[in-house]
Amino acid sequence: MPDAGMRELTFAQAIREALAEEMRRDPRVCILGEDVAEAGTPFKVLSGLVEEFGTDRVVDTPISEAGFTGVAVGAAMTGLRPVVDIMFGDFLTLTMDQMVNQAAKIHYMSGGKWKVPMVLRTTLGATRRSAAQHSQSLHAWFAHVPGLKVAIPATPYDAKGLLKTAIRDENPVIFFEDKMMHHKLKGNVPAAEFTIPLGVADVKREGTDITLVATSSMVQVALGAAVLLEGAGISAEVVDPRTLWPLDEKTLIDSAKKTSRAIVIDEGYGRYGVTAELASVISQGAFFDLDGPVVRMGAMHIPIPFSPPLEDLTVPTEKSVFETARKMCAKA
Amino acid sequence: MTTAAGASAKTIATLQDRSIQFYRQMVRIRLFEEQVNDLYTRALMPGLAHLYSGEEAIAVGVCGALHQDDYITSTHRGHGHCLAKGASPKLMFAELLGKADGYCHGKGGSMHIADPATGNLGANAIVGGSMGIATGAAFSARRLGNGRVAVCFFGEGALGQGLLYEVMNLAQLWKLPVLYVCENNLYNEYTHFSETTAGDICARPAAFGIHAETVDGQDVHAVYAAAQRLVDRARSGGGPAFLLCNTYRYTGHHVGDINREYYRTRQEEQTWKTERDPIRLLGDRLIAEGLADRGLLEGMEVEIRAEMKAAVEFAMESPYPAAGEVEKHVYA
Repeated sequence: MPDAGMRELTFAQAIREALAEEMRRDPRVCILGEDVAEAGTPFKVLSGLVEEFGTDRVVDTPISEAGFTGVAVGAAMTGLRPVVDIMFGDFLTLTMDQMVNQAAKIHYMSGGKWKVPMVLRTTLGATRRSAAQHSQSLHAWFAHVPGLKVAIPATPYDAKGLLKTAIRDENPVIFFEDKMMHHKLKGNVPAAEFTIPLGVADVKREGTDITLVATSSMVQVALGAAVLLEGAGISAEVVDPRTLWPLDEKTLIDSAKKTSRAIVIDEGYGRYGVTAELASVISQGAFFDLDGPVVRMGAMHIPIPFSPPLEDLTVPTEKSVFETARKMCAKA
Repeated sequence: MTTAAGASAKTIATLQDRSIQFYRQMVRIRLFEEQVNDLYTRALMPGLAHLYSGEEAIAVGVCGALHQDDYITSTHRGHGHCLAKGASPKLMFAELLGKADGYCHGKGGSMHIADPATGNLGANAIVGGSMGIATGAAFSARRLGNGRVAVCFFGEGALGQGLLYEVMNLAQLWKLPVLYVCENNLYNEYTHFSETTAGDICARPAAFGIHAETVDGQDVHAVYAAAQRLVDRARSGGGPAFLLCNTYRYTGHHVGDINREYYRTRQEEQTWKTERDPIRLLGDRLIAEGLADRGLLEGMEVEIRAEMKAAVEFAMESPYPAAGEVEKHVYA
């Protein structure tokens, strides 16, 4: 039963609302990125913000990802709270020195004297027919680096609550949005003010037979698979960590202990990836309660191809998750 | 007439004070580095030491034109910038030795000294890594309207980094109060800059419409005069500027770079030291103009050497950070 103050928003509307609220609340918050102002980004996530906040706070930049990300690092150190927009997650490669060598390390290297309170919003996810340089999911790279926090919301509600928290955080936070969810995914979001702390997982569906730990785009896939599994008499629990760092290890472990089986599903590459880390956390924490090894499902270890039938093979689907889970739950 | 004469006498007094102050600051940097060299060659200092000796007039002349709350970013060869901006030698030496009393609690070291109290955003061990940060500090200053200016010190080796061109473009588009100070000490590590640098250095900022000046980096008054002009210009909304300072690095790339004959001659080093030394040039000028005598300058040197030795003793006696410090300041 939704609250009286509950509205249905798209993922993009939830992001925009979080930004608008935080910009109203705190004059230090500003947005920097390519075509963020009048264009509202190519994904139209930021439409309307420049009309309310002006071009001093919603700042169109040249196509210089390293340059404007570096400017945001310096601006964050000296009194602003910039939110950088990196259009496609693939372009994060151009920001690596600024994020990894600068933003992530400045607080530590200075013995705690300088802080870098900035957010870098970007996208992940394939199946948009955008080929190998506009389709990657590179969030694992940033979760690997001490000093950075990584949020990876899967619903409009989580996106809004986590983004508001990220903007208020005193550290650099990388915020990954599945570009396929921006306008396609809708969900209930309260009209009243709320935030979601970083580092708290969310059980998206309760179940007893198997745990599906899923991130971002894969949460909807896991929920779809859970419906199929229900039809086969299998009760699946879907757990979304919501942030990769800080990581709510306990909720993941407790769920796996309860169900005794776990699959980890993430759209990044599996090799040395997020699924490896989460599977390791579950294996160590729930070892004596598991019926078998934790199974990992991620993007195929290839550059994302353009051709639609090929591209569709590269990421886990409801069907592939369903089949994997059903096999794991088959009685010996 | 009387008024003019009075003003003139006052100008001379100010000039004398400033000249003596510049001399003192340059000697402090030179003798700081003398102690660093001593500590390093006696194996008392861990890591790397990149000495600023020979380049003192640039840090002192430029910082002489800055307010305490103006920002600087520094480089791996940054001790001179820190001292000229007002850092304490005691806390610097403690940092160089990895001690608890250091500016960064020993976690930054020689290449990462940072000090918010003097506007020092931090030295950076990525060549060209701080250009975004300095430009971002200028972005904040303009947005917040606090009248501050940011100075980005970098060596001519950083001219090879693309970030410089991205942020100069941004700074000129947005008329940011930032001064890019290029210290051309002739050598990119072990390679003469002519082998790495096509075209004219000042043609680079000029291509963005950024006002550029070239100055004798061994003449502290010339550096100061240019910096004062460009800082005033930036502070009053005139936008960014570029100051090329021609100078020379007396020692190797770092203290361990002893055998340098394969990239430059001892004769060349000797010529710069005897004919172009910034401290000697200013000392001779002070004496010639009757603003100081040899005894005063020698006395100053004795006094500063004692200060530096005491600072080293302080650092030697400072404890190492407690083990619990290792995980502090990863996140704010």
